[in-house]
Amino acid sequence: MKVTMTTTDSEFRTDRQALAARLGMILPAHCLLVDDEDLRPYECDGLTAYRELPLAVCLPENEGQVIDVLRTCHQLGVPVVARGAGTGLSGGAMPHAQGVVLSLARFNRILQVDRDSRTAVVQPGVRNLAVSEAAAPFGLYYAPDPSSQIACTLGGNVAENSGGVHCLKYGLTVHNVLRIRVVSIEGEVFEIGSAAPDAPGYDLLALLIGSEGMLGVVTEVTVKLVPKPELAQVVMASFDDVARAGDAVAAIIAAGIIPAGLEMMDKPATAAVEPYVKAGYDLDAAAILLCEADGTPEEVAEEIARVTEVLTAAGARDIRVSQSEAERLRFWAGRKAAFPAVGRITPDYYCMDGTIPRKRLAEMLSAIVAMEKKYGLRCANVFHAGDGNLHPLIMYDAAKPGEWARAEAFGAEILELSVALGGSITGEHGVGIEKINQMCVQYKTPELEAFRRIKAAFDESGLLNPGKAVPSLHRCAEYGRMHVHHGDLKFPELERF
Amino acid sequence: MTLDQIIAAIRAAHDSHAPLRIRGAGSKDFYGGMLAGDVLDISAYRGIVAYEPTELYITAKCGTPLAEIEAMLAENGQMLACEPPHFGGATVGGCVAAGLSGPRRQQAGAVRDFVLGVKLVDGSGQVLDFGGQVMKNVAGYDVSRLLAGSLGTLGVLAEVTLKVLPRPVAEQTLVFDIGESDAITRLNRWGGQPLPISASFWHQGQLWLRLSGARAAVAAARDKLGGTLAVDAEKHWISVREQTHPAFAAPVLWRLALPSTAPAPGLDNLRAIEWGGALRWYAGESGERHDAVRGAAARLGGHAVLYRAPESLRCLEGAFAPLAPALLALHRRLKQSFDPRGILNPGRLYAEF
Repeated sequence: MKVTMTTTDSEFRTDRQALAARLGMILPAHCLLVDDEDLRPYECDGLTAYRELPLAVCLPENEGQVIDVLRTCHQLGVPVVARGAGTGLSGGAMPHAQGVVLSLARFNRILQVDRDSRTAVVQPGVRNLAVSEAAAPFGLYYAPDPSSQIACTLGGNVAENSGGVHCLKYGLTVHNVLRIRVVSIEGEVFEIGSAAPDAPGYDLLALLIGSEGMLGVVTEVTVKLVPKPELAQVVMASFDDVARAGDAVAAIIAAGIIPAGLEMMDKPATAAVEPYVKAGYDLDAAAILLCEADGTPEEVAEEIARVTEVLTAAGARDIRVSQSEAERLRFWAGRKAAFPAVGRITPDYYCMDGTIPRKRLAEMLSAIVAMEKKYGLRCANVFHAGDGNLHPLIMYDAAKPGEWARAEAFGAEILELSVALGGSITGEHGVGIEKINQMCVQYKTPELEAFRRIKAAFDESGLLNPGKAVPSLHRCAEYGRMHVHHGDLKFPELERF
Repeated sequence: MTLDQIIAAIRAAHDSHAPLRIRGAGSKDFYGGMLAGDVLDISAYRGIVAYEPTELYITAKCGTPLAEIEAMLAENGQMLACEPPHFGGATVGGCVAAGLSGPRRQQAGAVRDFVLGVKLVDGSGQVLDFGGQVMKNVAGYDVSRLLAGSLGTLGVLAEVTLKVLPRPVAEQTLVFDIGESDAITRLNRWGGQPLPISASFWHQGQLWLRLSGARAAVAAARDKLGGTLAVDAEKHWISVREQTHPAFAAPVLWRLALPSTAPAPGLDNLRAIEWGGALRWYAGESGERHDAVRGAAARLGGHAVLYRAPESLRCLEGAFAPLAPALLALHRRLKQSFDPRGILNPGRLYAEF
């Protein structure tokens, strides 16, 4: 099934022939796609339920071409959607029907890895994992490690402020990027941040990281590299109920421990992954916790002993400590493969990304159980427990009429409950097109207006990724009206908005 | 003091186009550009609003003294890991607005890295809530962090939420007798190794190195690094954080932020090196060397702040390195979007807005 989400937040009408002709003047033929069959691979990102064909895809090879494309689109009033590897999960890179996709895929060079200053300068199309691989000979690595790190790019990481399983201790993208080079929609180049700390003026780096391609196009990134810990070890603990597992997470933090990783999976999640990866998970447990310690061997031994003590006191029914690197990776394999594993047991799944205060976890999980009944769909939960970021995976079958609409409503209810519990609709996947309506729940009118003014300060024309990330007030008003009937839509098959 | 009083004061100033000078404890009056306008004293808007040790955050009203926050955190074995200076009686609002971090920045991160949420009263007296109390939140632009270091030019940070961290179990300080360039080389070499170095301070041939972390890790690092174990280390690091150490005693003081590996910039009167080589302090003269200092920092890929100097000099020269024209225009548009009448701390960051 194909769901088209029209971006009526902003109205654009593009003369396709004129656009192709102008782009053809500034880009060599191998850098420009205009035929439908060539455009098809770009119609969606990792959120495949939302698709749209662009009018053209530009694949520039240097910054000059990026500037030319942006200037041309600015002159013609054509929307531009920047794209990295297209692994995003919120539809942030979904094309605009009247616009071009600006792919940074060919910006794939690592320009410099400096052992002494522990920095790397990379182009935005470089894969996340490639940075760590290039730094490995120096005993260094790039800390943020989203699960898609084998494919996702640094440019996309910057756009989404990506996290990963180690961000409680090592931070998000915003904590690990020192400098970016950005081109504005008008084709102006900005250097934001630097390898030196505390760049003068406003902290624009913080504003641009996570801005979902709405403020500028990144052409270069300087990242911080950190020394690779000598050793990492994982404790795996199983619990009879999720509330107790949640309390165990709080107990670890209360004991003054900030683990390198602290992850939870519920029973449906372990049931899905165990046959797939054979990690040795306790399938009778209501929840399992993975807690990683890293550092020097002495440090790890000390932390593992303390964690084990805390988990025992918190009522873990079984505790295992990885005894080798192979075993550590096996314990993690299930967590890292949770998405594809769930993909094996259901035709489609829909991944949510809310964050909640950790202490509300049990409440959230029991609400999700109730929602499974309400919407008639199953849900498995994986959880970055250390930082309160929950990824419920709602299982559905897009081929069955009405299931996608129910999955979408199920997801929306989870996100709105995240806000009600004191959290956020998105911890690391971004708003994109997917959660645009829930922005109306998380923020009030004055904040949304402030976001729109910020957008205008960078992109007055509104051409960069229109219709994403920040909803119009009109849209929120519409959503407010519809919201009354939420979860009980009369015509779920109808295109909305 | 109530939030409504802050709102009313800003609305009145907005209506009459009268500039306001936002002030907490006034502990950083020396920092930045011009001090202009009627004082809006927010020090009475104080108190800890929420603190949940296991959720790792604290929310406080802007006028709350850092000392009060840190005392409460200490009861639970936690801390503000960016180790911000108090300079007398600094408030948490001023701490975030100035964005000045202390010795632990090289390991833990800067003030902005710990900002989770801000309740802002903008230049037209509107209350805006950005961010929240959770560690991860990518919904909407990250305005909370943008406000760190904005020196009150975008609004009053009425309430801030900061991430807190556990205090390290063990801490030890080592002292080495080495010169400037050796210190820079060694600090960078150590920085590339998994060592628990949480602070560094070089002054007149002596390098102080603080180790923080698990007991075993600190002990192992101490064995590996050598040096002499410092006595009274805590007092030393407080004197660095508070800049009561003699190294900072100069009527004109430049703060050079550089890539940590940058060689000596060829300036006289180096007073101290911090943050693994990324922060270098120089005593200046009231004379004409400003372009030379700024130029030297820029050539090495960094920037220079005229940190401590008579106000007239800071106003004349600008406290902060000038922005490229395109960036300055962007700053002005952002300023305009939060403070359309330019009434909040005008000239405190840059003379142009």
